[in-house]
Amino acid sequence: MSYTLIIVALPFLMFLFLGLVGGKMKPVVAGLIGTTGLIISTVLSYIAAGSYFFSVGKIGETYQTIVPMNFEWLRFTDKLHIDLGIMLDPISVMMLVVITTVSLMVHIYSFGYMKGERGFQRYYALLSLFSFSMLGLVIAPNIFQMYIFWELVGVSSYSLIGFYYTKPSAVAASKKAFIVTRFADLFFLIGILVLSFYSGTFSFRDLTSPAGCAFAQSITDTFMGWSVVSWAMMLIFIGGAGKSAMLPFHIWLPDAMEGPTPVSALIHAATMVVAGVFLVARMFPVYIFGAPDVLTIITYIGATTALFAAVIACTQTDIKRVLAFSTISQIAYMITALGVSGYGAHEGLGYMASMFHLFTHAFFKALLFLGAGAVIHAVHSNEMDSMGGLRKYLPITHITFLIACLSISGIPPFSGFFSKDEILVAAFEKNQIVFWCLYFCAGLTAFYMFRLYYRIFWGDNNKVYQHTPHEAPASMTIPLIFLAALTCVVGFIPFSEFISTDKTVFHTHIEWSIASLSILVAVTGIAIATWMYRKKNTSSDKVTASIKGLYTAAYHKFYFDEIWIFVTKKIIFNGISQPVAWFDRHVVDGFMNLQSTITNYLSRKIKFTQSGEIQDYAWAFMMGAVVIISLLVFI
Amino acid sequence: MKQEMSLMVVFLILIVYDLFASENLKKYFQPVACLLFLAHTIYGFFPQAVGTSFAGMYVCYGAEISMKNILNIGVLLVLLQSNGWLSKEDTSFKRGEFFMLTLLTLFGMYLMISSGNFILFYIGLETASLPMAALAAFDKYKNNSAEAGAKYIFNAVFSSACLLFGLSFLYGACGTFYFEDLATCVYSTPLLVMSLVFISVGLFFKISLVPFHFWTADVYQGAPTNVTAYLSTISKGAAVFALMAILYKVFGNMYDEWQNMLWWIVLITITVGNLFAMRQTNLKRFLAFSSVSQAGYIALAVLAGSVQGMASTMYYILVYIFSNMAAFGVINAIETKTGKVDMTDYNGLYKTNPKLALAMMISVFSLGGIPPLAGFFSKFFVFTAAAAQGQYLLVLFALLNTIISLYYYLLVVKAMFINPNETPIEKFNSDGYMKISLVFCMIGLIVVGFARGIYEYLSLVGFGA
Repeated sequence: MSYTLIIVALPFLMFLFLGLVGGKMKPVVAGLIGTTGLIISTVLSYIAAGSYFFSVGKIGETYQTIVPMNFEWLRFTDKLHIDLGIMLDPISVMMLVVITTVSLMVHIYSFGYMKGERGFQRYYALLSLFSFSMLGLVIAPNIFQMYIFWELVGVSSYSLIGFYYTKPSAVAASKKAFIVTRFADLFFLIGILVLSFYSGTFSFRDLTSPAGCAFAQSITDTFMGWSVVSWAMMLIFIGGAGKSAMLPFHIWLPDAMEGPTPVSALIHAATMVVAGVFLVARMFPVYIFGAPDVLTIITYIGATTALFAAVIACTQTDIKRVLAFSTISQIAYMITALGVSGYGAHEGLGYMASMFHLFTHAFFKALLFLGAGAVIHAVHSNEMDSMGGLRKYLPITHITFLIACLSISGIPPFSGFFSKDEILVAAFEKNQIVFWCLYFCAGLTAFYMFRLYYRIFWGDNNKVYQHTPHEAPASMTIPLIFLAALTCVVGFIPFSEFISTDKTVFHTHIEWSIASLSILVAVTGIAIATWMYRKKNTSSDKVTASIKGLYTAAYHKFYFDEIWIFVTKKIIFNGISQPVAWFDRHVVDGFMNLQSTITNYLSRKIKFTQSGEIQDYAWAFMMGAVVIISLLVFI
Repeated sequence: MKQEMSLMVVFLILIVYDLFASENLKKYFQPVACLLFLAHTIYGFFPQAVGTSFAGMYVCYGAEISMKNILNIGVLLVLLQSNGWLSKEDTSFKRGEFFMLTLLTLFGMYLMISSGNFILFYIGLETASLPMAALAAFDKYKNNSAEAGAKYIFNAVFSSACLLFGLSFLYGACGTFYFEDLATCVYSTPLLVMSLVFISVGLFFKISLVPFHFWTADVYQGAPTNVTAYLSTISKGAAVFALMAILYKVFGNMYDEWQNMLWWIVLITITVGNLFAMRQTNLKRFLAFSSVSQAGYIALAVLAGSVQGMASTMYYILVYIFSNMAAFGVINAIETKTGKVDMTDYNGLYKTNPKLALAMMISVFSLGGIPPLAGFFSKFFVFTAAAAQGQYLLVLFALLNTIISLYYYLLVVKAMFINPNETPIEKFNSDGYMKISLVFCMIGLIVVGFARGIYEYLSLVGFGA
């Protein structure tokens, strides 16, 4: 299966090619080249997935981990070396499919959306770079390669968020995204180092094999009352939390919506932000055997984030920000599902559910973003207030958007229902508090999604637009239709036959008791939204007024940005940076200045010795010899 | 013996060519000479017999061969760079002479390195010194050049006298001039300490260690740039190799003494070289003091007195040849075209001659020891070698001095890239030979640093079997 290398390498070559000579060709040609490269990658990853899941990878009832290539790059010790290679196992193959599919859709969609933009070629080059980094991340056979691509993903995300670099808000958002995720990555790196120091390996195969996990239990070293493995895994999770926008690192994601909308669909909905989920899933055996306490923390962080983001999403008026908070909330679902999972066939339901939700969410959330993009394309605004009654003008967008909304709300038979149901079942079996928290979130999700839906497509039916909105071109609607079709069907994939904690097939069925509860809450949420927003009326204002304090706090995202600003600007700058700067300026620089002053002074003083007269030279010569002899003989 | 013979062959061919060729044929003197020397250089890398000959007078093992190869590379660069200067009206008629003198000094250096007896050593030393004075005074109608020649010869004679003085003590104490016999009879008596110091001092002069360095600035400034380059790299390198050979082979028993001696010399050499270098405005003079300071680092490697020390000495010289030849090459090219050698003349060079400015920048960065250039690795190896012998204080001091040296090396870079200039040096094209040599230097500065095999190879070769 070494052809999987092409899947990864091709986008990189496209990036190099478009980055170097893209500027010299016509925009459309550059776009076509990039898209062609990605089509090949996509087809190859479908072939890879087909052959992996149905022939090569499956032996009996168990999936094998295949490493088609591994190249030793830097060698430190016999055990510790950084390799570059490819590792195929169920989750990485699944991610290959998700990434290439969504990326391809975004490539096609961007033809319409980005048409006539300055830097069209650069845009496609960066998309290719991002696809490359993300693919490299998921196929990484060792944690260090993952870290390398992890950072590459961060960089390409940075440059795509700041794509409109003449816009100050976009520049600020890209910086914020980069710095916040980079800050979290620092912990990730420390975690990697601690883990590899104790385990003596970077390789996932060694780390996560049942035999490998034995190391985690055999290490008894502790640090501040916690085992070092727990520390390492916690630090690694912080890295994941940064990319996946978990509390309190979520602040960058809403701002990242400054980037072009297709970018948001690709990076901030379907791929990069699930990197954290993927990371925890990748390291799952180590978590469950080596650091179960960390897994509990992860559960609660996930549940809190899910609830918190869902509440905020109900109050936002920028449609992309609503989707951003919805993304945070849904990713938190996945994280929580991992947290409540056990190991082994049915015990590992949460793990399977998490991956399932990642899979379905990627498609319907990309669809939502692309649909939002079509809306923005039509009305040239992100604000809900400037929309309404758009269902007449944008019929295709309307239908596909509705499908996505139903799916994310958990209405059968759309895909979101199946995956969310599995998560709720897993949570119910493990932890009732978490279950009810997620359950409430499911209702909120249905509510805010339909609030969004009604305010865009219904609401003020008689709204007058300066330019009559028109349906997006085919290049934009085809991806919408394709993704909508996927959203309708992928829920029926028997996911537990492909992905499980121990890579062994098991069977699940829908728990109708929990499913009916979740449908009930979803329908309730939709009903409330319908009552409040279907027609333009004052009921929503009344509700808002009755919970004014909560509403304001949620509208301001519970003041998290302000807290961060306070911590960084007031505490860190004043308390640490300024004293350090003072020390540097006065003590360190002072020492350096002293050195240069002395040097200067001496060099002035000894100038006379170079007189240019040869008798002086001979004198110095002779004296030198005599002094040395005296030193050697008499001392 | 092979290298000496092939050098002689080159020498004889060229002398016959120069004497008997017609004016028309003589036009091809430069390419023929360079090609012949290139052949000689390559020939040196072929495996050859090792051992002693002439009853122990002449010694040639792996280390000696490597040293000669390193010198050959440097001389090849010098010969390549000489074309522009030798094509001028007032020098072109004595082009052959320059080659003869250069090759003759090189022959002398071979003998210095390969001698197993002080008589042969002395002959080699003088063969290397006297033509060198003629080279320094090559532009004899220019006052500076004549002065340089005179100063060089006076100082050389003086140092020779010292050396002979030391030799006489040695002979008096041991009754032999053979290195092998001397090694067993040398002990640290005051008489032999005097002998050690006087012999070393004779070589310190050539390496230009403080306080035997005073001639350096005047001669470097006055001599033709090409000759200065030769003096500062090849002549210095050969003297270091000879010093190393003598200290290791003859004075092995007096390790403590010569280590103490070098300790102080290194300390003041690096410092004084730096202190003077930062005040210079004439680039040739500037490089003269820079080379004094560099000599201190080389002596630090010699001081280590170990296998590592020897390998790092040779490595340092190899890298130093590339860096210095590149710097002098740029100065040479510019001086030949415009006659300007002041640092202020270089202001804004990057605007008009970006490639030359880049070459200069890379070479001074390498001299300053900035990674990833080879100069960084050479300094690194020297410091490692010295630290392995427990010379932490000296290494720390040398490290502090590299900071100071960065200051003046960066002055050059600043002049070329940052300082504004109304009338910068005009854009020009240097000749092909110069280009080849500069490209070769640049490649050397980058490749030698990364090719770890070179250092490993140098640490395998040794004196004796």
